[in-house]
Amino acid sequence: MSDEAVLKAINLVKIYSGGAVPVPAVRGVDLQVDAGEFVAVMGPSGSGKSTLVHMLGGLDSRTSGEIWLDGKRADTLSESAWALLRRKKIGFVFQFFNLVANMTVADNVELPALLAGASPREARERREDLLGALNLGDRADASPAQLSGGEQQRVALARALANQPSVLLADEPTGNLDSRNTRDVLRLLGRVHKDGQTIVMVTHDARVAALADRVVSLLDGEIVDDGRIARPRRRTVGEVIDLR
Amino acid sequence: MRLHLLALLAKEPAHGYELKQDLEQTFGSAYPSPNIGQIYVTLGRLEKDGLVRAVDVEQSNRPNKKVYYLTAKGRDVLHLWVDEPTEGPRVRDEFFMKLVLAPMTGIADRMVLINRQRRHYLSLMKDLNELLDRTSPDDKIAILLIEGAMLHLQADLDWLERCQEDLA
Repeated sequence: MSDEAVLKAINLVKIYSGGAVPVPAVRGVDLQVDAGEFVAVMGPSGSGKSTLVHMLGGLDSRTSGEIWLDGKRADTLSESAWALLRRKKIGFVFQFFNLVANMTVADNVELPALLAGASPREARERREDLLGALNLGDRADASPAQLSGGEQQRVALARALANQPSVLLADEPTGNLDSRNTRDVLRLLGRVHKDGQTIVMVTHDARVAALADRVVSLLDGEIVDDGRIARPRRRTVGEVIDLR
Repeated sequence: MRLHLLALLAKEPAHGYELKQDLEQTFGSAYPSPNIGQIYVTLGRLEKDGLVRAVDVEQSNRPNKKVYYLTAKGRDVLHLWVDEPTEGPRVRDEFFMKLVLAPMTGIADRMVLINRQRRHYLSLMKDLNELLDRTSPDDKIAILLIEGAMLHLQADLDWLERCQEDLA
């Protein structure tokens, strides 16, 4: 085990047993994510990607196996202890953004930082920086209902990054965005990753996945590939793809 | 490149180097800069086929330059090109042929082929992301070219996923 592991899963299993037949969603996943790494998780729908990431963030309970966060075992914690740990160490962003409706955009983004113990000034500066990077600086006083879907999604991303989490967990964060909004999200993800943010992201969007250092592919609840994505070679479109 | 040159010449007569510059300005940094030798070879063939004609223009202190212009026949060929529907998606994908045929020979495993190809596509996408980053937003033609390539790659990746579900 590397000392640098921010997040680690050992033989992680999830079986949904609510229905008539137990359904295995994740079947023995071993995964280690080092500090500063950006891992894209890909695979067909039903392959267990979302379940895996939800378990890693403590939003879904594991059936068996271990989860370690910053060198601390997390899966054996009580629900409230997990929640405390999550507040400090994890940022979460989903395809559907769950912003607090009766709070302004600014308050939505500052809240996680305040909960994690940041001073009001730190929280405000962080919020201004994040919203600025997502071209939402002028929407700080709006309420979520006044924003478009794309804007709400970007606010959700800013919120997830507000507490400078040990790891950002994301589940299809660009699922609802058009290409211009996606570009802003790409730029911010690229920037925070460069600054050392650890990221684990489920995505179908190849543009987003291509920002990652590493791609993990799931099929039927198992990892079938785990490897690095080669770095760019600075070419022209014509050399990358033959558009006939 | 034949028809691209015809299209540029339909706008106005030009010599080889002007055509090269015209292509570069229109498509921007996104498109590979055409080789001047290749342009002259292509112009020679177009001339032989009667689609363009060249006139020598005298220059002081320099050898004459050849200025090319479109013939009536060239204009007809250009119209035909513009009017006919353009070839659709690349259905005879080289990778797909490999994926189907190679395992039959016992020399490759489908899962290995698919996983390697996915990483390759993602590294191509990294190239395109990077290219988009250093392309000016005003360079609309280049941006559209890059976005087109990205959408093709996305489709290739989605197809790869379907192949993995059903074949591997």
